[in-house]
Amino acid sequence: MISSIVRTALIGLRRDRGALALSFVLPIVFFSIFAVIFGGRRDTTPKVTVLVVDEDHSAASRRLLKALQSEGSLTIKTSPSPKNNVPQSDYTASTAEAAVKGGVAPVALVIPHGFGDNPISLDPTANRPTIQLLQDPSDMVAPQIVYGLLQKVAMTSMPDVMAEQGSKAMDAFAGGFTPEQRKRIQDGLDQLRQLENEGGTAPSQGVGGSNANGALLAVTTRNVVGENKKNPMVSFYAAAIGVMFLLFTASGASGSLLDEAESGTLDRVLSTRVTMTALLAGKLAFCTLLAFSQLVLMFLWAWLVFKLDFFAHIPGFVIMGVSTAFAVGAFGMLLASVCRTRAQLGALSTLVILIMSSVGGSMFPRFLMPEAMQKAGLLTINAWAIDGFTKVFWRDEPISHLWPQVLVLVVVGAVLFAVARRLARRWEYA
Amino acid sequence: MGSVPSTSISSASPPLRIEGLVKRFGGLTAVSDVTLQLNSGECLGLLGPNGAGKSTLIRSIVGRVIPDTGTVSVFGCPADSTGARTSLGWVPQELALYPRLSCRENLGSFSRYHGLSGAALKAAIAWGLDWATLTERSRELVNNLSGGMKRRLNMAAGLVHRPKVALMDEPTVGVDPQSRLRIFEMIEQLRDEGMSIIYTTHYMEEAERLCDRIAIIDHGRIIALGTKEELVHNAFASRSEVVARFGNANEDVAAWVQQRGGRYDNGTAQFTIEHATEIAGLLDAAARERYELADVSLRKPNLESVFLHLTGRELRD
Repeated sequence: MISSIVRTALIGLRRDRGALALSFVLPIVFFSIFAVIFGGRRDTTPKVTVLVVDEDHSAASRRLLKALQSEGSLTIKTSPSPKNNVPQSDYTASTAEAAVKGGVAPVALVIPHGFGDNPISLDPTANRPTIQLLQDPSDMVAPQIVYGLLQKVAMTSMPDVMAEQGSKAMDAFAGGFTPEQRKRIQDGLDQLRQLENEGGTAPSQGVGGSNANGALLAVTTRNVVGENKKNPMVSFYAAAIGVMFLLFTASGASGSLLDEAESGTLDRVLSTRVTMTALLAGKLAFCTLLAFSQLVLMFLWAWLVFKLDFFAHIPGFVIMGVSTAFAVGAFGMLLASVCRTRAQLGALSTLVILIMSSVGGSMFPRFLMPEAMQKAGLLTINAWAIDGFTKVFWRDEPISHLWPQVLVLVVVGAVLFAVARRLARRWEYA
Repeated sequence: MGSVPSTSISSASPPLRIEGLVKRFGGLTAVSDVTLQLNSGECLGLLGPNGAGKSTLIRSIVGRVIPDTGTVSVFGCPADSTGARTSLGWVPQELALYPRLSCRENLGSFSRYHGLSGAALKAAIAWGLDWATLTERSRELVNNLSGGMKRRLNMAAGLVHRPKVALMDEPTVGVDPQSRLRIFEMIEQLRDEGMSIIYTTHYMEEAERLCDRIAIIDHGRIIALGTKEELVHNAFASRSEVVARFGNANEDVAAWVQQRGGRYDNGTAQFTIEHATEIAGLLDAAARERYELADVSLRKPNLESVFLHLTGRELRD
């Protein structure tokens, strides 16, 4: 009896190819995506982009910069990318801060004037120049990595300064060296400096083990974005989770097309004065409205419970919300017009939406992903929508700065709708 | 959108004219060179078995099927014109309704799709509910209606904009006898109001009761057209039918029936005779062969007989 039930269920599963794909393909696809993101082939590990401003231009600051550039996990930029093949001038403290605010990089380092006079010290109370670490706290990982590596490269790039500072500390705390000891120490330091000048210091590789307690370099950390935000990551997650569920909602709502096609209602509607284009446009308008309402509810909840500053960002929210809802609605229309049955729609939408959401940053921030994956994320609606909402709520950028995200979302929506309209011809006539 | 325009349709032209219509699906010819005219105020029946091409013909008229060749005009306008669409009302065989909307909301939606608004919209909904005897259930969701009520609402949704021509595709499929009678009354009301109707069915009784003229359709082709009397007369003239049921049905009986010009199926034979006195000759011949006759009856031929005569098959095969 039990085997009969199993047999019947197996036949049913075999006939429902959508469910079959969902059962076997989806877990493999997801495993692969997560393996790439977190399992980490070494060559795909994400690099942290750091903007470095060298105000000192001393030998010590250049050595520090060179050592940072040798770190495999950092991408050091001292000037913006060339525009129209014209090199840009080096970052200053203010332009670097603006760049971090604008999301160009999560961290900027400012090496101050006078750094080379007294770059490192073993005495935490000593008066020495302080490096500024300007950070975007929405990236929780990058500033920690940069801080640690900074302390490490201080040790490996300036061993002579380290040794000198060490001997000074010894001299001060151990009651003083004899003249002979002083001469030997000085000879050793001279040899070390000569070796360094000849390029003898091997660049360090990998992630260092220094931590804040080691504090060879004096570093002050400052948030340049979201200083006044009560709950920094709420806007990110409101957008990230919101867009993912918007996609599910839109695909479900547009599935009414399939129900109507199956029941014959679609035929009847098309026998009236309603054309297929008008019908699809109506469905798209409904999906857009539904998705936008969902976003409003999500952000209102974030305001009410998580203190998101919603009402100060209404114009930006409306612009991003409408363009996101439009793109998502068109995506739903496309899925519905591709599928033949509700079961197919369920399977395909789950597959595509979960992939888009994981690659596009709805499940975890894109800055944690390998670079190739971050670029792939730009093929998703999620990434552009999240970037736009982040600009509005996190970076407090003006509405005019939203044009790339709005343009992409609107164009993507229009293209998806056009393709959906083309595919919907199969319902038009027999 | 405003009220329905009565543009460009010509009352001098027939409500519906189909000429040389052909529709093929791959190797199957669903409609084969059909030419047909619906006259004003007439109820024209399309009588044929399942798969004869009735629904494809109807769907060609409402623009849901694009014919390979041939034309369809509504009051002189092409079938895909706005004027034609407004003049046509289609009641599909399927229950093509919004299941989670109420009766009133369904009728409202389809009225708007036909361009009605304002007072015309309200009047149309009220008429639809009244015509389908659903006024008291107007706020009931479709999902909660009985089968007969759904059928009536399905009809009202197709005709709520009060078209001049109604195309009804087997509207009584799957309903109980009582609901069927109510549907007949609804259609008769439309006829009395002067609506031109095409009514497809594979029930002979429905065609006989409702239709002024009947087109018999088989394998996509109109094989006979006329009033019931004309069809019977053309097939049988003044001849009558003798139906004989044999008690000892076997291959010999079948061969004997065919030898005498009759049709034999499952123990029952049918003969046509000019005069009632010919029955005696049949009885004598059967007795000589020692065939056991269970009963014998004489009847006037009907549409079923005509279909059998023309195609060699039962109408409900």
